[in-house]
Amino acid sequence: MTSALIADGLTKRYGRRSALNDCTLDIPAGHVVGLVGPNGAGKSTLLQLACGLLDPTAGRIEVLGARPVSGSPQVGFVAQDTPVYAGLTVADHLRMGAHLNPSWDAALAKRRIAQVGLDPAQKAGKLSGGQRAQLALTVAAAKRPNLLLLDEPVAALDPLARRNFLQGLMELTAEQGMSIVMSSHLVADLERVCDHLIVLVASRVRVAGDVDDLLATHHRLVGRRRDTADLGAGRALVEQSHTEVQSTLVVRSTAPIVDPSWQVDRLDLEDIVLAYMSGAAGDGPDRVLEGQR
Amino acid sequence: MKWGAEVIEFHLDARSGVAPYMQLIRQVRHALRLGVLNEGDKLPTVKEVVARVAINPNTVSKAYRELEYEGLVTARPGLGTFVTRTLVGDSLSKHEPLRQGLARWLTEAREAGLDDESIEALFLSSFRAFSEARG
Repeated sequence: MTSALIADGLTKRYGRRSALNDCTLDIPAGHVVGLVGPNGAGKSTLLQLACGLLDPTAGRIEVLGARPVSGSPQVGFVAQDTPVYAGLTVADHLRMGAHLNPSWDAALAKRRIAQVGLDPAQKAGKLSGGQRAQLALTVAAAKRPNLLLLDEPVAALDPLARRNFLQGLMELTAEQGMSIVMSSHLVADLERVCDHLIVLVASRVRVAGDVDDLLATHHRLVGRRRDTADLGAGRALVEQSHTEVQSTLVVRSTAPIVDPSWQVDRLDLEDIVLAYMSGAAGDGPDRVLEGQR
Repeated sequence: MKWGAEVIEFHLDARSGVAPYMQLIRQVRHALRLGVLNEGDKLPTVKEVVARVAINPNTVSKAYRELEYEGLVTARPGLGTFVTRTLVGDSLSKHEPLRQGLARWLTEAREAGLDDESIEALFLSSFRAFSEARG
């Protein structure tokens, strides 16, 4: 499979503070990829490095097989809080997009503006959060990029605006078949729209894989307190907690777990993400589990 | 956006722990079993589904491929995906003997001293292991 984005030892420092430290990952093309992790994990920095807005301090990054260049027609970027030019109208944004981008799809832009009900004469500063997000998405998508990067695009939106935004995004994906990488805290949204998930904790990939695989292979085991060393082959412990009498484990296993002494439950994606985030606090960064591609 | 009257609507339960593509498959099978969908009926297009449910297009395609593999639908390029087989009767008529078998099993389980929750847990864990083993 070709990669949309490859990072190898990627590091970004501001003076002594490091925003991204020795990040290595491989994001497959042709997917809608969710990037999750706690604040400060380096998600925004990674996305800004990927669209060429930042230069790495050390390490290597490749986007669609090349070094990222700011303003590349191949890569669209919707920054956090979906910034627009407050003093310009919706129509001005589209004219500017057409002027700056040789690959501009004017028909697509016009159709989407009508579809989401934006008034072309409206000043962008007067738009609601949801409308602003739709405008930013339209401008990014009308470039007809091969890769669209979105940094927390729906974080500030109310549930209805969020759903409308994601509907629009998925419609564009279905039409144009572009790769998408979006960071978000809202895992329930990601479970709907992403088919691939990456959990980034302190610049490290804790888990990466197909969403359906992740859901099918993670289990919560609850049973009598016991030593967790004897999980058996093909099983990896993600998280554990114990009381005097009981053990609760989150386990990754491709084979079904048939053991009457455990109560085995499914996990939703949010539980899985949380397990990797909290499991990361306890042990070293070398325990990285890579998903099947 | 309004769909035509003759297609079904999908919905997603985000907290079910069931993969989204599997939820779509189950909803189609359910509609087939209930006779909501019949042979020749059209499923909504991938684009219609994603625009409506805000779901990944690959997920919808994966569900449709799986249904095609099961022989329940067929994709006609440029036209859409159509139901080729109904599930009505096919399973309903078999319910009664299966129910009786299950009742016998439940009696045995109770005689072995299992309470309701143990029976439920045993059934669920066996069922999951069984379906996971079959993929």
